[in-house]
Amino acid sequence: MSHVPDFSIAVAHLPALLQGAAVTLGVSLASIVAGLGVGMAVCLCRISRRRPLAWAARAFISALRGIPILVLLLIVFYMLPLAGIELPPVAAAIIALSLNSGAFQAEIYRGGFASIPPGQAEAARALGMGEGRILRRILIPQVLVRVLPSLVNELIMLLKNSSLTSAITVVELLRASQQVVAATYRPTEIYLTAALLYVVMNTGLSALGGMVRARLAGRGRVTA
Amino acid sequence: MTAAGLGLPGLDFAVLDAYWPVILAGLWTTVRLCGASILLGLAVGLGVELLRARVRRAAPLCRVYVEFFRGSPILIQLFLLYYAGPGIGITLDPEAAGVVGLGLYGGAYFAEIFRSGFEAIPRGQLEAAACLGMPPLRALLRIELPQMAALVLPPAVNQSIILIKDSAVLSIITVPELTKQTSRIINETFTIAEPLLVLAALYWLLVTGLSAAGAALEARLTRHLNPSRKTS
Repeated sequence: MSHVPDFSIAVAHLPALLQGAAVTLGVSLASIVAGLGVGMAVCLCRISRRRPLAWAARAFISALRGIPILVLLLIVFYMLPLAGIELPPVAAAIIALSLNSGAFQAEIYRGGFASIPPGQAEAARALGMGEGRILRRILIPQVLVRVLPSLVNELIMLLKNSSLTSAITVVELLRASQQVVAATYRPTEIYLTAALLYVVMNTGLSALGGMVRARLAGRGRVTA
Repeated sequence: MTAAGLGLPGLDFAVLDAYWPVILAGLWTTVRLCGASILLGLAVGLGVELLRARVRRAAPLCRVYVEFFRGSPILIQLFLLYYAGPGIGITLDPEAAGVVGLGLYGGAYFAEIFRSGFEAIPRGQLEAAACLGMPPLRALLRIELPQMAALVLPPAVNQSIILIKDSAVLSIITVPELTKQTSRIINETFTIAEPLLVLAALYWLLVTGLSAAGAALEARLTRHLNPSRKTS
């Protein structure tokens, strides 16, 4: 059962695929932003001098990095209802992806904090600044600028991982293409088109990452 | 194991008692398929990188391979192989599709890892080998590969860990690996929390074990680089 690929079918269903791609982008962006909050909080615990906090953060990072995202998605999707929390699939997807991304982002931020000369915080302390304000005004802004390239990489990973949310019925690009395949019986054309859409989105993001990197290198004196 | 023993209210791991053989069979399938795909990925990655660096005509093709397999999700690559493959005459059973899919996906990442490894070896060494009349193949086998193996070990172990975690998606193309077997148990017993927690714990053990083994191997392979062992 061999057939000649006919991409006019893919073109005809492009609107459905693009709609899926929009969901993919939306879920990924929401998860990276939520992951930023999770990651920063976990990172601050991880580098905190309070032992139990640091230990809990370590356990969180180890667990969330050691569990496949598909398994994490199943856990969030099926176990939250057991606790009486009913969530739409998209919300469960964003929670699972941002928890996973948060664990990776925490390690990215840890590197960011380590790269800032300790003299800055010491100087701020000598001037009488409180610890919270030192974090908000001095450390975190610089850390975020420094880790931007890594965050773009993380977003690319998230974009690809978001395809797994199709397993919990989120109609993102992959599930949209599954639906089109079910209607047209043309897996070759549709899945190839969807794969190319992913490649295009990721190439765009990685070009963006290159620009960010070049920009940061240009103002090296300010950030270094 | 009882719920009280774990201090977790409402959990009863006794339901799993009858299913441990199924879980272990799934775990074994995961380990077996991951091992095969990591080996395939390493071979493909090394082949692609050698082609890219040494055969000018093949370089653009290698770039397309790496960009495609790194730029799209593993799940869609598996769908292409498993559901669209028969249309172009490639018919694989789920396990074979899984190994080939994961291997090709990992191969793209391994190729980039090998590239950075080769690039880290000083050119002077190869020039010296050429001056001494060593043929390029022998220089590759005796000078480049042994040094590169030590250099790429940490990123290669990382990538292998990522592949183990990604192997969970093989459940979606019906490979009876750990995740698939656990979903079966969920469907048969109508319990959700216990099987999923055991599933997560088993993956965590696999990944953490491999990571520790990688660190130990790295320490062994790089002993000669450790400055504290210098005699002078």
